[in-house]
Amino acid sequence: MASARAAEILARLSHGADVVPSLPQQLVLHCTAALSVTGVAIMLMTDAGPAGAVAASDGPAETMEELQFTLGEGPCIDCSHTGRPVLQPDLAHTGGARWPVFTDGAIDAGIRAIFAFPLRVGGIRLGVLDLYRDRPGALTAAHLAEALSFADAAVTVLVHLQAHAATGQDKTGLLRVIEDRAEVHQATGWVAEELGVSLAQALVMLRARAFASGQPIVDLARGVLTGTVRLGDVDDSENPSR
Amino acid sequence: MDRLERLAQVFVELADTLVEEFDVVDLLQVLAERSVELLDADASGLMLADQRGDLQLMAFTMERARLLELFELQIREGPCRDAYTTGAAITNVELVDAQNRWPTFTPAARAAGFSTTHALPMRLRGNVIGVLNLFSERGQRLDDGDVAVGQAMADVATIGLLHERTLREQTAISEQLETALHSRVLIEQAKGVLAARAKISVDEAFNLMRLHARSNRITLTAVASAVIGGTVDLRAMTRS
Repeated sequence: MASARAAEILARLSHGADVVPSLPQQLVLHCTAALSVTGVAIMLMTDAGPAGAVAASDGPAETMEELQFTLGEGPCIDCSHTGRPVLQPDLAHTGGARWPVFTDGAIDAGIRAIFAFPLRVGGIRLGVLDLYRDRPGALTAAHLAEALSFADAAVTVLVHLQAHAATGQDKTGLLRVIEDRAEVHQATGWVAEELGVSLAQALVMLRARAFASGQPIVDLARGVLTGTVRLGDVDDSENPSR
Repeated sequence: MDRLERLAQVFVELADTLVEEFDVVDLLQVLAERSVELLDADASGLMLADQRGDLQLMAFTMERARLLELFELQIREGPCRDAYTTGAAITNVELVDAQNRWPTFTPAARAAGFSTTHALPMRLRGNVIGVLNLFSERGQRLDDGDVAVGQAMADVATIGLLHERTLREQTAISEQLETALHSRVLIEQAKGVLAARAKISVDEAFNLMRLHARSNRITLTAVASAVIGGTVDLRAMTRS
């Protein structure tokens, strides 16, 4: 999933944002402009379920997030539960049967189409990227590709935010697209099981170690899988899990 | 069992994965494995085009770093890239002669121990959605009959995928593809978890997961979720 476009988006974000916590807000603003939509928001996900918006553009996006969070229904809620994208190009026609209360509220607020993308890395569920538009119609292929690239960038931002919240580390070098390589995902699972940490924590540890040692993360992942590299040593002690 | 009988069996198996709400990763894994078996290859991988226009590795048959590297390279250059762009099959490429054609891919493929490669597009009416890529260590060549068999398997899988897509709304395409990509990642993570838990290799972990999926008639994705969530008993898995 590591598209070149996502890397470009991240590069722009880290130029525009002086502090890590403002990255999600920067991202929704860029995304709103790039896709010519009415509003964009990022809903956070915890093990307990949706945990509220971490960022939203001005206007209806924020209202829509609050509405879904309060009602416990809507495309974003479905997306966060199933981990699948929920694309609703014509809310007035298709939304009512699925989310009766939410759809009424959305139509009242002038929203006609909603596109919700899961922010996840396999079993790591981070949140949902929600796009709101005031006119119906499917996303064009180009806009869909762009939306998915913003979702990839948002995944990186949220992983980065977790690392930041847990350890205060603010290395912008970590703001790189998550490497979509089989070995990296396998090593993530391996480290999580071995050290008794979550998959998200394991991924953060792998990335932090790769960054600190200047080693390509795929090489590090192979080392973990063959037993030549161990995580959880002193070097990784700044991480939350220990 | 002769080859024709086995072939018939494989087509039934492929059709059997195409039930309602089928798992795309399951289908592609079956295709990758059976193509190696029926075409007497040593390894295969299946790359699907995602909605960003990138090729993504969705299934592979051999857990070997150098093989995985070959698919990573093909996001830019190689038989998969070419078969995807042109929609034409590329068969019986002798890697010893392919240096100029793919300057980065070719030496990597030879270093991985392979001497021939083939790439069969997954296409339906001009719509190319991915590529099945085969490798041989022994210079195994495909005759016209082999190519027809390989292409037929790829076509059946393609029809399955596109059928599902056109049946539902157009937006279902993206929902399905994106979900398949996430499933793939989930399965890799689960291999790592299970390998560490049972103190086995990732290869062995994947075999256990597949056996468990088959004997319980559940999808690989469901098994992966259960492994990660710790809701499947390790002893139950090693018994199955």
